[in-house]
Amino acid sequence: MTVWSDPRWSDALAHLPDYLGHHVRVSLAALALGLIVSLPLAVWARHRPSFRAGLLGFAGIVQTVPGLALLALFYPLLLALAALSAHWLGFGFSAFGFLPAVLALALYSMLPVLRNTITGLQGIDPSLIEAAQAVGMTPRQSLRMIELPLAFPVIMAGIRTAAVWVIGTATLSTPIGQTSLGNYIFAGLQTQNWVFVLFGCAAAAALALIVDQVLAAIETGVRRHHRMHVTGGVIGILLLIAAALAPSLAHGPQRYVVGAKTFTEQYILASLLTQRLQAAGLTATQREGLGSSVIYNALINGDIDLYVDYSGTLWASQLHHSDVKPRAAVLDELKTALARQHVTVLGELGFENAYALVMRRQRAEALGIHSIADLATRAADMSVAGDYEIFSRPEWAAIRQAYNLTFRQQRQMQPDFMYAAVAAGEVDVIAGYTSDGLIAKYDLVVLDDPTHAIPPYDAIVLLAPKRANDSALRDALTPLLGKIDIATMREANLRASGSQSAADVARWLWEKIQSRSAH
Amino acid sequence: MTVASTLIAFAHISKRFDAGRGQPPVLAVDDVSLDVAPGEFLAIVGASGSGKTTLLRLANRLITPDSGAVIIDGADIAKLDPIALRRSIGTVFQSGGLFPHMSVADNIGITPKLMGWTATDIASRVDELMTLVRLDSAAYRARLPRELSGGQRQRVGVARALAARPRMVLMDEPFGALDPLTRDALGQDYRQLHRDLGLTTVMITHDMAEAVLLADRIAVMRAGRLIAHGTPSELSAVDDAELTILLQTPRRQAERLQQLLPRDPKA
Repeated sequence: MTVWSDPRWSDALAHLPDYLGHHVRVSLAALALGLIVSLPLAVWARHRPSFRAGLLGFAGIVQTVPGLALLALFYPLLLALAALSAHWLGFGFSAFGFLPAVLALALYSMLPVLRNTITGLQGIDPSLIEAAQAVGMTPRQSLRMIELPLAFPVIMAGIRTAAVWVIGTATLSTPIGQTSLGNYIFAGLQTQNWVFVLFGCAAAAALALIVDQVLAAIETGVRRHHRMHVTGGVIGILLLIAAALAPSLAHGPQRYVVGAKTFTEQYILASLLTQRLQAAGLTATQREGLGSSVIYNALINGDIDLYVDYSGTLWASQLHHSDVKPRAAVLDELKTALARQHVTVLGELGFENAYALVMRRQRAEALGIHSIADLATRAADMSVAGDYEIFSRPEWAAIRQAYNLTFRQQRQMQPDFMYAAVAAGEVDVIAGYTSDGLIAKYDLVVLDDPTHAIPPYDAIVLLAPKRANDSALRDALTPLLGKIDIATMREANLRASGSQSAADVARWLWEKIQSRSAH
Repeated sequence: MTVASTLIAFAHISKRFDAGRGQPPVLAVDDVSLDVAPGEFLAIVGASGSGKTTLLRLANRLITPDSGAVIIDGADIAKLDPIALRRSIGTVFQSGGLFPHMSVADNIGITPKLMGWTATDIASRVDELMTLVRLDSAAYRARLPRELSGGQRQRVGVARALAARPRMVLMDEPFGALDPLTRDALGQDYRQLHRDLGLTTVMITHDMAEAVLLADRIAVMRAGRLIAHGTPSELSAVDDAELTILLQTPRRQAERLQQLLPRDPKA
């Protein structure tokens, strides 16, 4: 089997029109917005030293904010603005996906454009500006006929830098709900599908290079008065825009949007839900790789129609409870509380994906550790690893308090890496997930929780307010409820971390559910 | 000289510049009064920093005086629209001041274009001017300034200054950066144009020989002040040690050349 016969390549290729189209759209919109704002500001700032310093300082600070953080900040900001607008003006807007991505990326594109425009304009020989005045130009004519054309190559260099930055950074807009080439990278990273990661990186790099070259052709053409170059470049840009719009025009509006958070199980379940809707003749699509707090707000706002969440997660993050109740009580309370926000809990899938403290079986046996209580006596010499949220979640505080648990060191890791890390002895304990297939693969052991400090995490299907009374949706998904047990989910997760795509595993899962129902 | 025979008058004009942090301001032009008659070719001579360029920039309102006034054709230019004023005056810069991204034709036609002439009028005016400054229109009009020699660039600079048919031309060391042969040829050609077109020219130079050869009258500046003005022979009569040395230089050069280059090589 050669590298190229791997079925994941064709799977990746199948997503390309959709991901690339969204990526081009969001990048071009952000770049256009960035230019519309930056160019006049730079021109206005060139003779105003203090404003100029402030402007460049601001753009410089924005640049130092990591791209992912900038994108993440725009989401709550827009959410608040949308709420204000709905309250005062009577209409809201979606704070999800396109808008926050465009705004954050536009802000990101400003520094190179501002800096190069200002530098380019200031670098012009002052005797030429005096000559422009002396031949009778107004300041505006001097700007248009002399200064901007002379600064043009430097300005274009800035625009090219901005374009490359925006196209690269746009891959990070996936977690806030904007489909992009980053979907390959986020999905690939979660499911250890390196083909996807590689494909996403290569596609983003190729797009950046192409746009850079097209802009270079326009610049050369304008500078050398070659109409051909300019026309060619402009046609190139138009083709890109057409290519970006074509798939969405062809598909028409998508009816149902299934959300998925950023880990393997979520990709599989989102694929499963999508496949069931499609099998029922409904049009459905997926928004993957959404941040855990983004996804619930997206559901309330109707940006996505359904997704799978976990009772314990909502219990803590939406209901702000820090106490732990039995499984059934949590579900009951949750249903009532979410109903107040017009979110429907369609039902449980049948398994729990709880946090669990996990160790290497050999090591646990050697040390005589069976439960978290046993662990507590030795934890002071041990290191623990968890995903990006666990250590700041209330559940973690509850576990620590219940068992008086203190570790020597805490580390945050990509979830799929931490199993390998504990298996290799790089950390002693991990805060893993009970449904994870890697527990069996690496011969790890889940420590008992005798005091029930860890809340229950039933996987539940949530429906957006606008889908509350959608019987077609309910009918399509009801056959899944209560049908996925923990062993089946573990095996599905293990399959997906191998070479199978989430969609393939979802199909396998459905066959398994059907064969079980037949018995 | 009567008021009627004056085209440009500098009346008690002064201009200061900030010299930077903590420094007292520099008095670049100090109470200068000077009249230029219609059709006259006036050269302003002085060392660097003598204020001659400042005086020129005051004449087309690129800068405004702190006190005094510039009167052109009987009107105080402080009360005129500066854009219209500059379009009515031709300006030639040191080493051309051509716009590097524009062709020769576009450079020459810029002021007519700003004034809203039609494209055909501009094109025929450009051809006419290129003939006037002895440049082959067909060969050079589409070229960029960097594709020309220094002398050719300055010919384009002169053509550009004359494009909108000004009565007055201001020249800032126009031939300073050229080799001696080109400089002489261009100087003589311009002198011819000045006479044929009935122009009034104010030329700045630091070269007394060039001033004597081209100008009708010479104004000499030192440290912002006008120390003397008049025809070359009038200046010879002024009792000023530095001025005498300044005027002796071209004469000494001429005598030395006479000795080294006898008119008849066989003599």
